[in-house]
Amino acid sequence: MTLRDLVDKLLGRQPASASTARDRLQLVLAHDRSDLSPELLDQMRREIFEVVAKYVDIDLEEGDVSLETEDRVTALVANLPFRRPVASPSPKSD
Amino acid sequence: MTSNSRTILICSGKGGVGKTTLTANLGIALAQRGSSTVVLDADFGLRNLDLLLGLENRIVYTAQEVLAETCRLDQALVKHKQVPNLALLPAGNPRMLEWLKPEDMQAIASMLEQRFDYVLIDCPAGIEDGFKNAVAAAREAIVITTPEVSAVRDADRVIGLLNTHGVNPVQLVLNRVRPKMMANQEMLAVDDVTDILALPLLGLVLEDEQVIVSTNRGEPLTLNGTKSPAAKAYSNIAGRLQGEDIPLLDPSKERSGLRATVRRLMQTKIF
Repeated sequence: MTLRDLVDKLLGRQPASASTARDRLQLVLAHDRSDLSPELLDQMRREIFEVVAKYVDIDLEEGDVSLETEDRVTALVANLPFRRPVASPSPKSD
Repeated sequence: MTSNSRTILICSGKGGVGKTTLTANLGIALAQRGSSTVVLDADFGLRNLDLLLGLENRIVYTAQEVLAETCRLDQALVKHKQVPNLALLPAGNPRMLEWLKPEDMQAIASMLEQRFDYVLIDCPAGIEDGFKNAVAAAREAIVITTPEVSAVRDADRVIGLLNTHGVNPVQLVLNRVRPKMMANQEMLAVDDVTDILALPLLGLVLEDEQVIVSTNRGEPLTLNGTKSPAAKAYSNIAGRLQGEDIPLLDPSKERSGLRATVRRLMQTKIF
C-alpha cells in the first residue's frame, strides 16, 4: 500500500487505478498460469475442505484456498484454521 | 556463422504494443553501432516491417523464394541505403502460412546467422502457428509490453511459451510509459510490471508522438539521431544488448517541481 492508497482510504475515495490493475492482474495470472478455471478451483476447494474436515475440526467460514503467485511460481495456498475447542464442562473430580 | 551471431525474437502476444517499431529502430541502432544486422519479418499474414523501414518499394524477392530456392539469399535481402550494415528479409505471401513449418524458419535463421552479427525476428501477434514458427528459430527473446492489464497478461502467456521452448535469455522492454500517469498512480508502475512478469528490464520507452511521425515517413527515429525520448530509449536498448552499462531511465525523475515532489511522496510504500 502506498501513502496515496492510505489517503484515498481515509477520505473514502476510490483507490488509484494502478493498484486495482495490479490486483486484478495478479489474480488473473494466477489462474492463467495454473490453467484452472474458477469453477474447478471452487470444486477443488470444497473437496480439500471435506478431506481435511475428516481429520480435524476446521472452521469452514474462515477457511480459504486460493492461488498465489510470485516470481512466476504459482502456489496453491490453503489457510484452514482449526475451530476453537468449545470449553466442555469438565467432570468434577473431588 | 559469424563468431557469435545472436538471433533475437521480438514478441509481445498482444498486437499493437510496438514490436515492429522496436524491431525497426533496434535494427538501425545496432547497425549504426557497427554490428551487421538483419531484420526478418516473421509476420507473414500482416507484414509491416518493410513499411516502417521505408523499404516497401525495393522488395523484389522474399523469404518465400529463398526457401523455394528460386533465388539466392543475397538477392532477397534488401539493404538499407543510409545504413548499409542493415538488411531486411521481407515476409513472403500470406499463403505461405499454409505450408510454412518451424523447420523452415530455422533454415532461414541459420542462413542469416552465417552472415550477420544480429538476426532480429519481428514476431506476429498471437500465440498460434505464426508465433510457433518464429519461436523455433529464436535463441533469445525480447518481450515488449505496455503498462496495461491486457498487454501484461498476454506478455505473461508468451513468456510461459518462451520458457517451454527453452529460449534464454528473455528480457523485457516496457513501451508507451507515461510518467505523469505513473506519478498519479493511474498507470501500472515499472516495478509492478517487472515484478509480475519476473523479467530483467532491458529498456523503458516513453510515450512519444515522434514515433507516429517517423512511421509516416518510413524513417525510424534512430535513423536521424533525433533527440526525442523514444529515439534515445531505442538506442540505449541497442547499447545494452551490446553489453554497455547504460542506466535505466527513472520515469519519476522526468518531472520536477513541487507537484512532482508531492506525487513522488504519495508513492511511498507504507506497508
